[in-house]
Amino acid sequence: MRLSLNFIVEIAAAMVGTVAFSVLFGVPRRYYRYCGLIGGAGWAVYCIFSNVCDSPGASLAATMVVIFLSRLMAVRERCPATIFLISGIFPLVPGAGVYWTAYYIVTEQLRKAVETGYLAVKIAVAIVLGIVFIFELPQGLFVKLAGGKR
Amino acid sequence: MASQNRREAKREANGRKRRHSEQVEISTAKIEDKEVMDLALQAGHILLENGAEIFRVEETMDRICRHYGVQSESAFVLSNGIFMTAGSERERYYAKVQHIPVSGTHLNKVAAVNQLSREIEEGKYTVLQALEALEQIKHMPGKRKGMQVLASGVGSGAFCCLFGGTASDSACAFAVGILLYLYVLYVAAPHLSKIVGNIGGGALVTLLCSLAYLLGWGLHLNYMIIGAIMPLVPGVAFTNAIRDMADGDYISGSVRLLDALLVFFCIAIGVGMGISFLGRITGGALL
Repeated sequence: MRLSLNFIVEIAAAMVGTVAFSVLFGVPRRYYRYCGLIGGAGWAVYCIFSNVCDSPGASLAATMVVIFLSRLMAVRERCPATIFLISGIFPLVPGAGVYWTAYYIVTEQLRKAVETGYLAVKIAVAIVLGIVFIFELPQGLFVKLAGGKR
Repeated sequence: MASQNRREAKREANGRKRRHSEQVEISTAKIEDKEVMDLALQAGHILLENGAEIFRVEETMDRICRHYGVQSESAFVLSNGIFMTAGSERERYYAKVQHIPVSGTHLNKVAAVNQLSREIEEGKYTVLQALEALEQIKHMPGKRKGMQVLASGVGSGAFCCLFGGTASDSACAFAVGILLYLYVLYVAAPHLSKIVGNIGGGALVTLLCSLAYLLGWGLHLNYMIIGAIMPLVPGVAFTNAIRDMADGDYISGSVRLLDALLVFFCIAIGVGMGISFLGRITGGALL
């Protein structure tokens, strides 16, 4: 595991970025810190897993962590999980993949364009699976984890 | 499956509650029925408009109606409309269709309505008080425009750094993110369609970042552009689409997914147009 300065800077950037987007989506102010933590945790998991598997796999793991934490926070704070997960998932959305695909298409590097486009789709599918899997977990589990009170 | 189970469990609970409250219901006058339905519809409207998923909208409307003793309510919610009827031998007929155009995401309103529906269930509100509270939520101020613009800039800078940009790249992405959101707020949102607005946004980001690159302010053109297009990326539509599909709301899910893909596609076209335009006028110096 590389726990270098770079790693820490990236996680800090993910946290700041997530908070910025939660401001953009009108998340109530008292939840900013949780959004930041969830976004940072997601990116940390992504970085760790990208050392051992490819980026769709790392995206899957990171998405699962983000959704899990979002649901946990939603139960704890008694508010919709949407509030946390929409901004928390932002660093994982393949915005970069879309850019590279467009770039390669315009510069006539079609082979690379197909490769990056395909990778972006795979990452998107991984995010979809991550969301679907964690939302299948029973609500009772999160209630229990959050301290048993509802 | 899980969502189906959830729905069944919900229905069962409602059934139990119904049997329980039958005696009470006959004694309470039914003058209020219309207000209750209006209240539920209004709550659903606010939720749907501000980025809640279909399942939550339906559930909240059901909860409100059941709590105030309207048993025959049934609602059908799509991504841009709510169809709601009620009526049986014992309850007055009521039907309303409401078109809800897609607008921005204000998660604070979603949270507020959610909180309100919890408090309604705890019995803290009469129907009229709840209507009043809902009216307040509806006019809840969003984040100020300056704040949004700043957030867009900070987000752009942070994501530029995240994807590998240097400090000077992030500073450029910050500036471009601010300009981009000014464009979104004052040009794209009020005057342009979604397609043209996003193509224009993508192109604007590309042109501004290239300018910063050519002036020597930023070192990595790619990372600057990637960071600065993030505020355009349709994260809300994408996430909600998946959740709706997972809940079995395929129509709304596919409409939202189409929306997200369209926006992705338009951003890509905008960026592509920007790059090829610059490639022409600089004679390939940028590519």
